Amino acid sequence: MSALAGLTIAEARRALRAGEIGAIELTEACLAAAEASAPLNAFSALTPERARYQASLAAVRLGEGDAPDLCGIPLGIKDLFCVDGEPAQAASRILEGFRPPYESTVTRKLWESGAVCLGKLNMDEFAMGSSTESSVYGPALSPWRRKGDTTPLTPGGSSGGSAAAVAADLCLASTGTDTGGSIRQPAAFTGIVGVKPTYGRCSRWGIVAFASSLDQAGPMTKSVRDAAIMLRAMSGHDPKDSTSSPQAVPDFEAALKGDMRGKRIGIPREYRVEGMPAEIEALWQQGAEWLRAAGAEIVEISLPHTKYALPAYYVIAPAEASSNLARYDGVRFGRRAALAAGEGITALYERSRAEGFGPEVRRRIMIGTYVLSAGYYDAYYLRAQKVRTLIKRDFETVFADGIDAILTPATPSAAFGIGEMADADPVQMYLNDVFTVTVNLAGLPGASVPAGLDAAGLPLGLQVIGRPWDEAGMLDVAYALESASGFAAKPEKWW
Amino acid sequence: MSIDKDTARRVAHLARIEVAEADLAPLAAELSGILDFMEQLRAVDVDGVEPMTSVTPMTLPWRADVVTDGGYPDKVLENAPDARAGFFTVPKVVE
Repeated sequence: MSALAGLTIAEARRALRAGEIGAIELTEACLAAAEASAPLNAFSALTPERARYQASLAAVRLGEGDAPDLCGIPLGIKDLFCVDGEPAQAASRILEGFRPPYESTVTRKLWESGAVCLGKLNMDEFAMGSSTESSVYGPALSPWRRKGDTTPLTPGGSSGGSAAAVAADLCLASTGTDTGGSIRQPAAFTGIVGVKPTYGRCSRWGIVAFASSLDQAGPMTKSVRDAAIMLRAMSGHDPKDSTSSPQAVPDFEAALKGDMRGKRIGIPREYRVEGMPAEIEALWQQGAEWLRAAGAEIVEISLPHTKYALPAYYVIAPAEASSNLARYDGVRFGRRAALAAGEGITALYERSRAEGFGPEVRRRIMIGTYVLSAGYYDAYYLRAQKVRTLIKRDFETVFADGIDAILTPATPSAAFGIGEMADADPVQMYLNDVFTVTVNLAGLPGASVPAGLDAAGLPLGLQVIGRPWDEAGMLDVAYALESASGFAAKPEKWW
Repeated sequence: MSIDKDTARRVAHLARIEVAEADLAPLAAELSGILDFMEQLRAVDVDGVEPMTSVTPMTLPWRADVVTDGGYPDKVLENAPDARAGFFTVPKVVE
């Protein structure tokens, strides 16, 4: 059974169309794997009835020879996406009991492509975090462990449940969202592929909002080819999201050639950060060598405003979050605090939000409120938005100079242990995003590809940053890295 | 820029998040730590730089000003913690 759940989308697509396996059989294999995965805490809710119904529909379509790419493919869905009638809590107490009576555009597109919903996946509360430790469901655990050591490790975050579920073969692929690195960092920590598309490629409608100018949905998969297949199904213009782009969606899979001849790959010198482990530095150089061997020209480039990306991000993202999360008021949905006699509506708001939001979310809302408040707006928020312009300009300059894609490490370290960052100040945790936030600030596409293991046997990833709307070219570079690395390591099952 | 206890109280109230009096001092320290990190932005020369307002160069699309959705009050209210007779409820706000 578990062999079926271990398939890639491309393998399952072929076997389903050839009639070698059945859609119902594949879904049952994934449901069984997911049901037996409680120690990982990757799923926050399973949706077996929906899964079996969708699998039966897929079986009919496959039988009729009308099978789109994802027909019969079982997926896990990050808890941030609204799936009609299923729990959607954004891993927060404040959305306790919430069941949206509507479907997010991305998940609707996936179901229309024949995909099967296995359930909802654990994450950091409101996608704010890098370890899933801020989840109301408790942390998700990585299926990976250090060699000879049973310390529970984080699968990363915020899309940690999505990463753990794919890495542990509980589903064929999953959806994630990425505001500052929340797809790419967990993908790197768990040895899978994660893609954050160009801002506007995937509709944000029906996805719980964190920072609207940075949030993008994307696929988390076992291979670059799978990411290309799934991204195509998730993408496209949506009139319900005013920032959704009317650009045509290309066949990303058709672009995967791995031939890097004529490509110019930039290596940004500012990404060589202090204290970066030698293994990551070595892997980065190895990645550049692989691309050179595939025919690419490797060019050192400069993105001079890189070091200001994190502080700019941690002004802009909380500012947008403080505005977006104002809707949780204890009145229209979710948790409502009990009041004493005589207490009024302000107490209702303040207590419902104090009880409903966890510490990191409260902290970010308050920081956001502060930087937007009268007297501080210009000093913090407006200045950060100007710095954001400069960060985007850095990328525009190198792309105008003929760089096709940029290669960087995905994370500054391998996965850390659950609780290891508990005593660190919040800023230490924010440093996880150092290589990924620039991409969100500039609205670019970015992909994380597993490329090797560290000395403890944990996966490390490389990041490819593409030109705006050139996910196809970016995925082709990722494909060349994947082909050269031959990364095939899987965690040993302990759960 | 460091945040004192009174500022922390004011920010918490603006954010409509109840914070116990005893928790204000540690909150102020925590927020100050994060703001210190942001101070780096002061080192950037932003003279003449336009603040980013749209990450992709696009103008917001227009559409006809017509009703495109609605007509299902039950669905709108079904997740409310306390809905009665077709309305959301709140504590009494007028005397």
